[in-house]
Amino acid sequence: MQFPLLSVIIFIPLVAGVALLLMPHDRKALIKVTALCASCLTLLLTVILYVSYNTQAGGYQFIERIDWLPSLGISYFVGVDGFSVPMVLLGSLVLVCGVLVSWGVEDRPREFFSFMMFLGTSVLGVFSSLDLFLLFFFYELAVFPKYLMIAMWGYPKTRDYGAMKLTLYLFIGSVISLVGALAMYFASGQNTFDMLALEKAGFSLEFQRLWFPVVFVGFAVLAGMFPFHSWAPDGHVAAPTAISMLLAGVEMKVGAFAALRVAIMLLPEGAKAWAPLIFGLATINVVYGALIAMIQTDFKYVIGFSSVSHMGLVLIGFATLNREGLLGAGLQMFSHGVMTAMFFAVVGMVYDRAHTRDIAQLGGLFRKMPWAGVGFIIGGLVSMGMPGFSGFIAEFPIFMGAWKAAPVVAIIAIVGIVITAGYILLVVRRVFFGAIPPALEKQVGDVTIKDKVVIAVLGVIMIALGWLPALMVPILKTGVDHILRLVGGA
Amino acid sequence: MNFFADHILSIILFFPALAGLIILFVPAKQVKAIRWIALAASLVPLILSLLVWIQFKPLGRGFQFQERLVWYEAIKATYHLGIDGISLVMLLLTTLLTPIAILASFSVQEKVKAYMILFLFLETGMLGVFLALDLLLFFVFWEIGLVPMYFLINLWGGERRNYASLKFMIYTMAGSLGLLLAIQLMGVLTGTFDIPELIQKWPAFQGASILGLPFSVIKQVAFWAFVVAFAIKVPVWPFHTWLPDAHTEAPTAGSMILAGVLLKLGAFGFLRLVLPLFPVESQMYAGGLVFLAVMAIVLGALGAFGQTDFKRLVAYSSINHMGFVVLGIGAAAWVGLTKDSVIALNGAVLQMFTHGLSSAGMFFLVGVIYDRTHTRNLHDYGGLWSLLPKYGTILVFTSMASLGLPGLSGFVSEFMVVRGAWPIFTIATAVSMVGLFFTGAYVLKALYIVLHGPINKHLEGHVTEINTREIIVIAPLMVLMLLIGVWPAWILEIINRAVMTLF
Repeated sequence: MQFPLLSVIIFIPLVAGVALLLMPHDRKALIKVTALCASCLTLLLTVILYVSYNTQAGGYQFIERIDWLPSLGISYFVGVDGFSVPMVLLGSLVLVCGVLVSWGVEDRPREFFSFMMFLGTSVLGVFSSLDLFLLFFFYELAVFPKYLMIAMWGYPKTRDYGAMKLTLYLFIGSVISLVGALAMYFASGQNTFDMLALEKAGFSLEFQRLWFPVVFVGFAVLAGMFPFHSWAPDGHVAAPTAISMLLAGVEMKVGAFAALRVAIMLLPEGAKAWAPLIFGLATINVVYGALIAMIQTDFKYVIGFSSVSHMGLVLIGFATLNREGLLGAGLQMFSHGVMTAMFFAVVGMVYDRAHTRDIAQLGGLFRKMPWAGVGFIIGGLVSMGMPGFSGFIAEFPIFMGAWKAAPVVAIIAIVGIVITAGYILLVVRRVFFGAIPPALEKQVGDVTIKDKVVIAVLGVIMIALGWLPALMVPILKTGVDHILRLVGGA
Repeated sequence: MNFFADHILSIILFFPALAGLIILFVPAKQVKAIRWIALAASLVPLILSLLVWIQFKPLGRGFQFQERLVWYEAIKATYHLGIDGISLVMLLLTTLLTPIAILASFSVQEKVKAYMILFLFLETGMLGVFLALDLLLFFVFWEIGLVPMYFLINLWGGERRNYASLKFMIYTMAGSLGLLLAIQLMGVLTGTFDIPELIQKWPAFQGASILGLPFSVIKQVAFWAFVVAFAIKVPVWPFHTWLPDAHTEAPTAGSMILAGVLLKLGAFGFLRLVLPLFPVESQMYAGGLVFLAVMAIVLGALGAFGQTDFKRLVAYSSINHMGFVVLGIGAAAWVGLTKDSVIALNGAVLQMFTHGLSSAGMFFLVGVIYDRTHTRNLHDYGGLWSLLPKYGTILVFTSMASLGLPGLSGFVSEFMVVRGAWPIFTIATAVSMVGLFFTGAYVLKALYIVLHGPINKHLEGHVTEINTREIIVIAPLMVLMLLIGVWPAWILEIINRAVMTLF
């Protein structure tokens, strides 16, 4: 039997999370080192997975299948294609970074790191699931660590509200999607949750058109689609740093990914019929999200709303249903994941030292923490789609796809770029340059070596991808080809 | 052939950025070492581009020194570099002005490391625009140069630097949105971003209507998208308002590069992309372009005349001088390839080079006097020639080159533009020659107030003469101004061939 690489990747964090809970709560160093080792091992194996994925062959690889509840057609069925491999990489990467920036957590670190590991298994599992039931299983696995981590370690003033809002929104969303999934299960008449079988189930046109919006919207809530986006800024801001990174960096992609995998790929005719509506809502996401980000006075809310804006571009890419758009959407998911992890990491570093997120009370921090400043600027340049950074190579094909499918969307959405440039530059200037307030002069010190590792790794990835798109494009392309075969656009 | 000869353009292009990365690892306290590394690193591209100049075949067809690699295969964008006579001249201008500007920045005391790194990144950004033969690659470099410039203005600039840098960035980025959209559209329709290939395909390309507009209208919209992006950069009136702010607030070397090279990016865009890709539309709107150019010439000169801030005066003079470049381009767009239009275009390209020299020189001299007096207000100067005879002589020389005194570089290029444009747009050319008169007026006004008249008592005794480093900075510029003034043929033979094959 072959080494079950994918399963090992998925379950290392879960095993580590359980092991952490069994450790004595006062062995803080041991707990942190265990979490770091587990996440690094996951990342290492993911890199092996990424490199050894055969782009010539394409399709689903590293497939593992074990019957689970055969009478209901449920099996433990995992595998990755060209679209999910980069997502798995993103998940492992942000998990490691999340552990590193949380090194200073002193409040119940055992539970903190343990829950974070559970969240890791959840996202990795969703990206790898080929069984619809399994996908929901992993999807829901995230609910309780998310809720608890925000409610227990979050920003004291808003954590109750933020955690509750986020959980309710996402829970309702997933229930709606689950209803749609069950409809597919029964309509297929094959008594199976196997998504590869469901891809070929040949649902009728009416069925697809009726159920597509249900399934899609349920997942798109987690992707932050307008008008269901409002949990995102509140949740991100209330969450502790590492969880903001995982939420905005990876969880929102989980929503987008599930919307693609389940709604678009299983109900392609529905996707074609509803694409105009997705275009409309996603365009609002892009422009409205950017405008709202511009007027925020809270450092973290700026980033929260910027995620709403950027996820809109992913959804535009989906709605094009053509090669360029989908390719760009995949790149944007990865690029935005890395970028927003960087943003929230830096915001966390600033907050930990300045104890305020009010932009008006910050200033001149570049001199105190140059690494954080450089990291934020790189993230900002990615965010405004500056060429030479990963955001550009992602957004450019999305816009090309939009030109093919709906030119007016391209023309409107591009305005988002300038608005983004505006608020990013203003925030960079107000927080990192200018005069440093006297109150901060003494209390703010430089970031730790672990923070620097995070900044360097994320920054290098964003720049490398910007100049060498070939690092990721060939692998994504095989995934896009598969989707195109399903939607009949190839 | 060996690696070096095959990739000389790539080496020129990325050497500065690489040097910037190396400086990243030099401790920030080693200010002296950082300065000298930066200067040495910027001399390498200069030497290499001289090498390219020597090997360049002026009569060769098409683009030379081409390099082509797979880059972003999924959307068919390639890493494609190459030069013709126009880009060769701009390449030399950039690689010449960068070491000069870096040497001029030796007086910068704050955050030297970051400053030099940004400056070297800036050079790579500018060179990329001139060398790129792929539309996507062109756009990459077009935008990326903004980032170091933004920070140079924002961190080392004058009092209103926040306002000026943000205005510069947002203005240029907003102007590029249309360009970005048009590039995407062209890529989608033709399936290629390769510039030589697009020049073959695009002018005759016919597609379906988009958004209910016939394709010819779409092409006109795309044309204007290109024009606006480049016109902002040149800048053509009425898109010029970012310039006086940015130039005035930028640190001295930043202004030198802004005026010397960055403005040329816009004019270069017209020559490389707008004329070859949109010959029909260019002709259709040539009159409008010429009108804007004349407005830039006249209003730029009048604007300069009204300034009391020395640096702002020089900034407005750039609008005036760049107007001649656009005048030459507009005249050529109207008639296509004739004897007159070739002269006008030769003049326009030469004007890009000579204005690069003279504006960089002028901004440097303003910087020199500002370092000593800490004021840019013209009325705070007075009688400086008797205090600083060497500085006074250099200032007069550079100003004369700038206003177009026969025998110096500005005259040759402006004369050629006017000579070429006269038979094509007689009235417009006549009006712009009136503009030349105002140019003379504001330069002389500035010289009079700064150098002559009663000596300002505040300055007497503690203004020091221009030092050796500063003379080394300005000397190569002065030599070239004189050389082109008396013997322009060496550079025109390079330009001429490229201009003749532009259409």
